[in-house]
Amino acid sequence: MSTQVPGNPEDFPNDGLESLVADWASDQKTFKNVSWGKAMMWIFLLSDTFIFTSFLTGYMTVRMSTTVPWPNSSEVFALTIAGNHIPLLLIAIMTFILISSSGTMAMAVKFGYEKNRKVCGILMLITAAFGASFVGMQIFEWTKLIVEEGVRPWGNPMGAAQFGSTFFMITGFHGVHVSIGVIFLVIVAVKVLRGSIELGRPGFLTGRKGNYGMVETMGLYWHFVDLVWVFIFAFFYLW
Amino acid sequence: MTGVAHDETAYAPPSEVPEEELYHPKTFIGKYIWSQDAKVIAIQYSLTAIGIGIVALVLSGIMRLQLGFPDTFSFIDPSAYLQYVTMHGMIMVVYLLTALFLGGFGNYLIPLMCGARDMVFPYLNMLSYWVYLLAVLILVASFFVPGGTTGSGWTLYPPQSILQGTPGSNWGIILMLVSLAFFIIGFTMGGLNYIVTVLQARARGMTLMRLPLTVWGIFMATILALLAFPALFVSAIMMLLDHTLGTSFFMPAIMSMGEQLDYEGGSPVLFQHLFWFFGHPEVYIVALPAFGIVSDLISIHARKNIFGYRMMVWAIIAIGALSFVVWAHHMYVSGMNPLFGFFFATTTLIIAIPTALKVYNWVLTLWRGNIRLTVPMLFAIGFVFTFINGGLTGLFLGNVVVDVPLSDTYFVVAHFHMVMAVSPVLVIFGAIYHWYPKITGRMLNDTLGKFHFWATFLGTYAIYYPMHYLGFLGVPRRYYAMGNTDFIPESAQAVNASITIAALFVGVIQLVFFYNLIVSYFRGKASGGNPWEATTLEWQTPDTPPKHGNFGAELPIVYRWAYDYSVPGADLDYIPQNQPPKQTSQRDEDAQ
Repeated sequence: MSTQVPGNPEDFPNDGLESLVADWASDQKTFKNVSWGKAMMWIFLLSDTFIFTSFLTGYMTVRMSTTVPWPNSSEVFALTIAGNHIPLLLIAIMTFILISSSGTMAMAVKFGYEKNRKVCGILMLITAAFGASFVGMQIFEWTKLIVEEGVRPWGNPMGAAQFGSTFFMITGFHGVHVSIGVIFLVIVAVKVLRGSIELGRPGFLTGRKGNYGMVETMGLYWHFVDLVWVFIFAFFYLW
Repeated sequence: MTGVAHDETAYAPPSEVPEEELYHPKTFIGKYIWSQDAKVIAIQYSLTAIGIGIVALVLSGIMRLQLGFPDTFSFIDPSAYLQYVTMHGMIMVVYLLTALFLGGFGNYLIPLMCGARDMVFPYLNMLSYWVYLLAVLILVASFFVPGGTTGSGWTLYPPQSILQGTPGSNWGIILMLVSLAFFIIGFTMGGLNYIVTVLQARARGMTLMRLPLTVWGIFMATILALLAFPALFVSAIMMLLDHTLGTSFFMPAIMSMGEQLDYEGGSPVLFQHLFWFFGHPEVYIVALPAFGIVSDLISIHARKNIFGYRMMVWAIIAIGALSFVVWAHHMYVSGMNPLFGFFFATTTLIIAIPTALKVYNWVLTLWRGNIRLTVPMLFAIGFVFTFINGGLTGLFLGNVVVDVPLSDTYFVVAHFHMVMAVSPVLVIFGAIYHWYPKITGRMLNDTLGKFHFWATFLGTYAIYYPMHYLGFLGVPRRYYAMGNTDFIPESAQAVNASITIAALFVGVIQLVFFYNLIVSYFRGKASGGNPWEATTLEWQTPDTPPKHGNFGAELPIVYRWAYDYSVPGADLDYIPQNQPPKQTSQRDEDAQ
């Protein structure tokens, strides 16, 4: 053990379980070709997964422990348009928009790595616009629930008080994630469009140079926020 | 290095990690206040944690005064007593031990031991400290708000923690929860740094299985923290909403002071599950760094390689994984389904296997070692004793039928203070005596250190051994006064008085330690770069204390594991990790 030589990476197989073992047994980097920022984002998202899991577990527990019937969510979240009563219409649109924004984000990452800064930046701004419209619709949804349906965090006319409390808490926490994402998307998009990455201009806060890996790191976060929404959608609106 | 025929760099693969962009400030404020150097951040973390820890130590002294000499001190009333209990527990567990092990030792040792210039995200690392400081300040502020701090016990169980009648149920609990949320945010920033640095920024030749066990312990503890703190964060937010907006997450329909409250349909047991899903891994967040550090202390000061290095690593990983499936053993009397008790008792006893394995390996490392009874070694051996004691009572409490009668007695207090308070604190002292020469360039005074060790070690036994007995008598914990209770004999009071005297003695003795820390900083004997003749990279830096960037112009290249002590045929009884293979002995070099 004492003076073993860590193997030459070229001797190791490039795929399968053996390459996994080789990576974990190697020196310097466990995840080869993964930048520090990307590794950090993955680990952060793992931690954030536990936050949302705890929220959703809490929601399911109180839904089971409450003694009052749960409101029918497809009725509560219905819109009446031109006389037609359509359940879950707004949520369907919101979900569609958020998932589309994942598409534009993925394209931004691709153009980023091709160093096409104009297209990359514009796609990021489109992603941010999708995200902002999602938050806007969420504000509309909250307003409608609070003003028209009379739902409050501590109670509502339709049934269990926990309906309002879990709804505002979980969608609110998700909405904060989307909003933070929008802010950072705009910041990174401006950085890309100004050419700060090519010029190697130091960042405003950290004083360090950026690179197009930032776009991908940003994208990881954005896809995660989308994925979480799918779970919230399934557990909250469809159950 | 001249005269070596082989190309030494051929033994390490080419560099994959890019040279880190370091920001070298020129001003005093940039260097020591808004510092992005992990070593300065580590010292900031440590001083803040020790500062708030002294507050918690004083609180425990006041509690002991009340218990040992009831009806003597008029300034301690029942609600103040409960507030001291709460703040003592919370500060010690979260703000002292977690912050000191991970923020303090983690920041100082991870980059140095991995052979990195700094943490991978120095700016985030700096923010981590300042958010932690904010959390501490919010916590301190709760002493001064109307109603004082919360007095609901460190577990903050609802409903009582937010109902009228519990001390600090207005401002105290709100500030407590906000402070915890900030602590978690700050910790997450630091924790991401520690993990990515270990995984992605090691030196050339430094494989995971060549890392010192200190890094392994801190690394695994950080993973636990990043996965466990979310549950606490969520329960803090939910309880804040219950308190401020009147939601009913944790609050069932409830009568308080003869009035029906607006709460309805919540689940108090949900809080306990969320809290202990955090709370049990938290035990190992504190214990794993202690395990790692003590492994290195024992190996270095016994001049012997650690026994079963791979086993030790896998035991750390196994303990970490198992710690997530044992949480409800804190809840045997909560009214949950008894079948859960069976499951959680089984997992709890399984976790004793890797833990016992580590203890055997420490003992086997000592066996026939060339033991140097330095102060760090004394503390390390003291830890092994104390940890065995605390671990054995853990077997009692892990079994449902034994736990139920012992729940909420002084037996529980004795158990977790042995295993989670005294043990890690002994390691912290040992680690400070061990690494102080690297941090300051001066040795701590040996005589004072030995006095500090024996007084602390024997003193803590005088405190906690009798508590086991009190627990068997059925003396309940968290009580302000026992009053006239039939099943508690008169003599229990005498035991309590003696415990108090021992506790005050141990508390005051710590002044010797602080005196030693301060005086040795100015007058201590110069230590040189490697006073303990250790192999790990932090002792091989060109400067002591290491400068920003740690390793001078060239990063070290690692050729061997961290435990090459007393290798047969080598000139010295230790071979640094960065010493090339052909140079282990002068004779080899001459032959070429």
